[in-house]
Amino acid sequence: MASTSSNPGLRTQLGRVRGLGSAKAGSQHWWMSRLTSIALIPLTLWFVFGALSIVGDGHAAAVAWLRSPFSAIMMILFVGVTFQHTASGIQVVLEDYVHNEWVKVAAIIAAKFLCFVLAVAGIFAVLKIAFGG
Amino acid sequence: MSNGSRPLSPHLQIYRPQITSVLSISHRVTGLGLAVGTLLMVWWLLAAAAGPESYARAAGFMGSFFGLLLLFGWTFALWFHFCAGIRHLIWDTGYALELPKVYLGGWIVIGTSVGLTILTWIIALIAW
Repeated sequence: MASTSSNPGLRTQLGRVRGLGSAKAGSQHWWMSRLTSIALIPLTLWFVFGALSIVGDGHAAAVAWLRSPFSAIMMILFVGVTFQHTASGIQVVLEDYVHNEWVKVAAIIAAKFLCFVLAVAGIFAVLKIAFGG
Repeated sequence: MSNGSRPLSPHLQIYRPQITSVLSISHRVTGLGLAVGTLLMVWWLLAAAAGPESYARAAGFMGSFFGLLLLFGWTFALWFHFCAGIRHLIWDTGYALELPKVYLGGWIVIGTSVGLTILTWIIALIAW
C-alpha cells in the first residue's frame, strides 16, 4: 500500500501497473461487448434474411437451410456470439440495478449459466441437423 | 449508507423525458427483451432438430395471434437495438457526440428501426 511522492493519487503503484481499475478486470468486458456487437451486425442481417426465406415453409425447408455447411457455421456463430453478447449485457444491467451484493452475484451467475446452457442447446441443435438429424 | 434527507440529483421520476434518455433506456429494454426472445430461437432450433412434429408445434405457436404479436415486438426490438448499437459504436470512435448530432442520430435510429420493422413484416407476410 506504499504511496510515494511520484504517485500522488490514492492508487498504489502496483494498482497503476495492473491497470485493472475498480472493476478489477480492466476494459475486457467493455471490449468483448464491442467485439460481439460488431460481429452481430453481419450475423443478424444473415439470420433475418435466412429466416425470411423459409418463413411458413415447414420443417423440410428449415432443415434444408440449416444443413448446408455455410448456414450451419453462420448459425452456430450467430448463436454463440448472441449469447456471449446477451450474457455481458445482462451482467451490466444487474450490476447497475441490483444493490444487494449476494443477490447481484447470484443473479449474474444464474444469467451466465442460463446463457451458456441455451448457447450449447442451440449449437447442438444445429450440429444435429447439419450432421444428418 | 443512509441518504437521510439530503437532496438527490434529478432522477427518472423527475427528469423530463428527452430523446437522449428515452433512447438510452430503450436500448437496455430492447436488449433485455431480445434476451427473452433467444428462448424462442433456441426452441425453434431444437424443434427443427427434433423432427417435423416438434417443428409444427413451434411454428404453430409462432403463427398464432400471440406468437405473431411477440414476433412483431421482437422484430422491432431487434432492429432498434441493431441501429442504436451501431450508433453506440460510432460514438465509441469519438464521432457524432455533439448534441445536435446526438438528436439527429436518435431520430435516424427511430426512423430506420421503424422502417426496417415494417419492411421485414411486408417481406414476411408476402413469403408466408
